[in-house]
Amino acid sequence: MLQAISLHCDRSRRQLFTALDISVAPGQLLQVRGPNGSGKTTLLKILVGLYTDYRGDIEWSLDRPPLYLGHSPGVNSRMTVVENLKWLCQLQGEHCDDQSIDLVLDALGLHGYQETNCSSLSEGQRKRVNLARFFLVNNPCWVMDEPFSSIDVLGFEHLQQRMQEHLSAGGAIILTSHQELTLDAEIRMLELS
Amino acid sequence: MNLFIRTLQRDLLIHLRGASEVMNPLVFFIVVISLFPLGLGPSPDELSRVAPGVIWVAALLATLMSMDLMFRSDFDDGSLEQMIASGQSLIVMVLAKVGAHWLVSGLPLVLLVPVVGLVLFVDAAGLKAMVISLLLVSPTLSLLGAIGAALTVSLARGGLLVSIIVLPLYVPVLVLATGMVQAAVSGADTTGYLYWLLAALMASLTMAPVAIAASLRVAVDQ
Repeated sequence: MLQAISLHCDRSRRQLFTALDISVAPGQLLQVRGPNGSGKTTLLKILVGLYTDYRGDIEWSLDRPPLYLGHSPGVNSRMTVVENLKWLCQLQGEHCDDQSIDLVLDALGLHGYQETNCSSLSEGQRKRVNLARFFLVNNPCWVMDEPFSSIDVLGFEHLQQRMQEHLSAGGAIILTSHQELTLDAEIRMLELS
Repeated sequence: MNLFIRTLQRDLLIHLRGASEVMNPLVFFIVVISLFPLGLGPSPDELSRVAPGVIWVAALLATLMSMDLMFRSDFDDGSLEQMIASGQSLIVMVLAKVGAHWLVSGLPLVLLVPVVGLVLFVDAAGLKAMVISLLLVSPTLSLLGAIGAALTVSLARGGLLVSIIVLPLYVPVLVLATGMVQAAVSGADTTGYLYWLLAALMASLTMAPVAIAASLRVAVDQ
């Protein structure tokens, strides 16, 4: 699904990683770990094409781009939860109806927030709005930067469950996290130092 | 096309919900123009002579003022990252965003011109030329201004920088537009000016979105 060969990246004259090879196959989860500032976020941004100051080759064999979760929630504070979700799904080229959005919001503990402006949501709730995309659209690969931060225990369980489904269905996940994951799938570790 | 319409709808919704931000440049436009009769005295001859220039400069500054609204919130809340990472055409989305911005900031200026023109004693021929030229020029100003807004969106306070980047691009359009109005007031033929303004609009409509999309990629690329 993804082949990255001899990636090299410097930031502010500091070498983040060099000669880094990554390959991810369907059904695999790649967990990137490392201390703060070790280049985890930069690596993910490079993989999804948001950061271009690197050397090496990246080859995705996908018919659609990976679904990306960044540090910022990507949720406009003047739009309601449902409006934001519809727009975010539209960006992935999929149309989401109200019913499926309602179901996902219920599962994520955002029941009753459908018509709430995102400006009055907490940080964790905004994150959940963005995470709801992962329940609604069917991109084969997910790239997630700290998906579990500012998420409570129940949300963590739901998300893990959804990840399990995705991996069992032949999807792939690349994520950064320090949490121990309990998934029935091939989990590979990548330590950045 | 679907992407264009969705983006346009989304941005219009966002702009209309933040009505005070959208109103600021329009209020500025009216205030500046209504101050001129107080400063210059109420003589109709003098006012109608300076009117085209005054209205144009005020419209230009009001447009500049509103530029910060174009990409700021999308950059701050991470929507821009999502747009770029989605792999959809950024140029189409940019065009829709500029379109939405023009509908709430440029078009109201065009509609206000007949009113403020009367305050400055512009005659009917002048008003007509002014509305037509502003209708052609305000999208051009939005498109060119968006290049500056995109280049400076990653800076915390890029306001002044936008003006420095964009004003040189605005000057030729401003010269042509005021020329057209002066010609109309003095009864001369305005076709030539009209074609030039149309050409400027077409050039910026085709080229600016590419530059804006590239600038936004640079802004996110850090």
